[in-house]
Amino acid sequence: MMYKPVSLFAAVVMVLGLSTAQAQDAAPGMAMDAMPGMDHSKMNSGSGSPAGHGAAMAPAAMQGRSEPENARDPHAYSDGYDFGDVPRPRLADEKSFYSVLVDRLERVKSSDNVSGFYDLEAWYGRDYDRAVLKAEGSVDSNTLEDASTELLWGHALATYWDTQLGARYDSGSGPNRKWLAFGVQGLAPYWFEVDATAYIGEGGRTAANFEGIYELLLTQKLILQPRIEADWYGKRDARRDLGDGLSEINTGLRLRYEIRREFAPYLGVEWARKFGDSKDFARAAGEQSSEARFVAGLRFWF
Amino acid sequence: MKRTLLRSLAAPDQSRRRFVQGLAAGGALLGLPPLLTPVWALQAAMTRTGMAPVLTGTEFDLTIAETMVNYTGKPRMATTINGSIPAPILRWREGDTVTLRVTNRLPVSTSIHWHGIILPYRMDGVPGVSFTGIAPGETFVYRFKVQQSGTYWYHSHTGFQEQTGMYGAIIIDPARGSRIRADRDYVIQLSDWTDEDPMDVLAKLKKQSDYYNFNQLTAGEFMQDAAEQGLDAAITKRRMWNRMRMNPTDLADISAYTYTFLMNGTAPAGNWTGIFKPGERVRLRFIGSGTQSFFDVRIPGLKMTVVHVDGQDVEPVTVDEFRFGPGETYDVIVAPKQDRAYTIFAQSMDRTGYARGTLAPRAGMQAKVPALDELQWLTMTDMMGSMAQGAMGGMQGMSGMHHGAMSMGGNPVHARHARTEYGPSVDMRVDTPRTNLDDPGIGLRNNGRRVLTHADLHTLGGPLDARDAEREIELHLTGNMERYTWSLDGLEFGKSTPVHFRHGERLRVILHNDTMMTHPMHLHGMWSEQETPDGSFLARRHTISVQPAQRISFLVNADALGRWAWHCHLLYHMDSGMFREVVVA
Repeated sequence: MMYKPVSLFAAVVMVLGLSTAQAQDAAPGMAMDAMPGMDHSKMNSGSGSPAGHGAAMAPAAMQGRSEPENARDPHAYSDGYDFGDVPRPRLADEKSFYSVLVDRLERVKSSDNVSGFYDLEAWYGRDYDRAVLKAEGSVDSNTLEDASTELLWGHALATYWDTQLGARYDSGSGPNRKWLAFGVQGLAPYWFEVDATAYIGEGGRTAANFEGIYELLLTQKLILQPRIEADWYGKRDARRDLGDGLSEINTGLRLRYEIRREFAPYLGVEWARKFGDSKDFARAAGEQSSEARFVAGLRFWF
Repeated sequence: MKRTLLRSLAAPDQSRRRFVQGLAAGGALLGLPPLLTPVWALQAAMTRTGMAPVLTGTEFDLTIAETMVNYTGKPRMATTINGSIPAPILRWREGDTVTLRVTNRLPVSTSIHWHGIILPYRMDGVPGVSFTGIAPGETFVYRFKVQQSGTYWYHSHTGFQEQTGMYGAIIIDPARGSRIRADRDYVIQLSDWTDEDPMDVLAKLKKQSDYYNFNQLTAGEFMQDAAEQGLDAAITKRRMWNRMRMNPTDLADISAYTYTFLMNGTAPAGNWTGIFKPGERVRLRFIGSGTQSFFDVRIPGLKMTVVHVDGQDVEPVTVDEFRFGPGETYDVIVAPKQDRAYTIFAQSMDRTGYARGTLAPRAGMQAKVPALDELQWLTMTDMMGSMAQGAMGGMQGMSGMHHGAMSMGGNPVHARHARTEYGPSVDMRVDTPRTNLDDPGIGLRNNGRRVLTHADLHTLGGPLDARDAEREIELHLTGNMERYTWSLDGLEFGKSTPVHFRHGERLRVILHNDTMMTHPMHLHGMWSEQETPDGSFLARRHTISVQPAQRISFLVNADALGRWAWHCHLLYHMDSGMFREVVVA
């Protein structure tokens, strides 16, 4: 696929920007959650009163995270009473749940190589605060070629968005790298799943990763999933074959059939393209810097 | 439903069909040779289903244990009272003092709550509020004076035991003799059964909240709409939902993908039957005992005259169909004149399944079972309340909304959202709710049948108290479907503080639904006297179903000292945090 990396990135940002712009355009009377990074506090004009619907329709509908001044105190009705002598019930909102999602467990076939790839995400905890584990890696000739494992604390920031803070550990071939990770993960308008993380490593290294997924239901069980992922590095890391700046963009299309919700085999294609010094490192190692791959795998969760 | 090539690829198979129909006898043995039957199934007692035994008098012994059921071909353990689903019908007399000795033979704690019954709070049966629950092996003695009459029900208030079979009917005969004249009298208790462990069901909803919804928007449907209505219309129809990350087919959290719907503990294939002689008046006491399901009830060929709601006399109103949810009860009179069978049809709100039974002159008969109605998307009214209604007149499409709002005369409702409704626990807030009570609800509008609405219900005798409200409180029904969290005022129970009612006061409670789902709100211990938007008395209820984007109000006499539960009666919502404790002191 021949496209310039910069314009692709710009396109992605535009799509997100458009969708948030349209989110503000929502019909009045309906208050929705904002995208992070957009300052809506100034746009809030008397959300409580319908009379506030003057010319500023969109602002009245778009409620950010700041409540209006006349917002009610939900504890006002307690009059100081606490729970009684019987220990109060503990419902599911005070219990922990978990999820383990293996999003990709696949065999990757390119023109000159066959390898394996895994990508899993797990969480444990309550509704708004969770421990999150993200792990992905590639396996080639029975060795773990490249693995990235993150352990994060996920905290609900807004209706559809979580912030994540933690550590990342890169292993596989080359020296291991440790990073501090912070990012956001969530659901953007129009159902785009977004995961964006920034990293600070040892020796002044920095990095960023962006992942966007869309799930298109062809039928109730047949789902087409386009995917895009991009990596940047602040510093060249020759020993891990990484150049500085935009390092790699990966786009993919996977078609899965949900035999059950929890278990879905899939087939797909992927285009991986390296840039800058990463491209040179790849070529020097006798690998392709830009290739198409066929993937076949399993998506499952429990 | 129109079939496309893509849709037909996903057609349900035969085993799924049997699942929806259930087995003919829910309590039947598996039919496997003993060697292949699991050990626990061989040792467990079978549950009796269908005709619950009637217990009368003033002394009752109830034993809670695990017994086996088989509704879908797979044997499962149910939690049952006296070994039957539904549990025995308790027949009391108004004015008597009843004593109920409840023995717990489960390995875990249990409880029984008497739904809609006015009694001292320590007898209300809610663990953590009324008492500490009934420990394994313990016998708890409930004793209270019966101060009302009508149809009620009882169920566990512990964990998910209500889901696994602990529910039964209560019939209280009036002291003075019944106003209702009927030749036959049947309890029709509707419920939902899953073979799954309810904790697994909740865990799945926490991992993927649309797990059970197989009516989601597909590309195939989009192309169909584009072909029929034009590309623009197809896009516009979906734009608002997609922007908001919400699903217009999200009517029920749990569908017939896992549920088998039961009528008196009997699956549709079992065909529960009530006998009548043509010309007789038959009283049907409908009880909504589904944990998570709303049922739309009708009897093709018969009109129903509603005479009681939540156990209280109402002005008789004749309808073709009514919708009710967990907690509510409706007594209707039907008068079948022909010598034939009639189907009692109760389809679930999300149109994925139904419960059914038959009224017939003789056993072994059945009538045609109607097809499930087609699923309808939630509408603008369901999302936005009265703003949508004002704009609807003469406006086409979404872009007209802005103008519509400007030209509206102004909505007198002043919605006051709690300050905790602006965080991750809430996915939408309705600023201009609808307050009209004459809407039958999504899926029942303009269907060619007369459907019951709130506005049709007028409790005889007027309010219990002539006083006006001295103050008012407002509670918002909230939730975040994506995270599957449910709350009141954006606060789950664990983060809440009790709500204080002053003993003896008369107060107005406003419930404002900031979600897209219908919630049956149940206040224990005291009657909820629902009123019209302009303040006239409407009906005395214990469970009021608040529609999406709707705002209702009711008056309460805070005359019952103690601590009471107040919650959405959708069990999975309640357990997720849509619960409060009320202190009357």
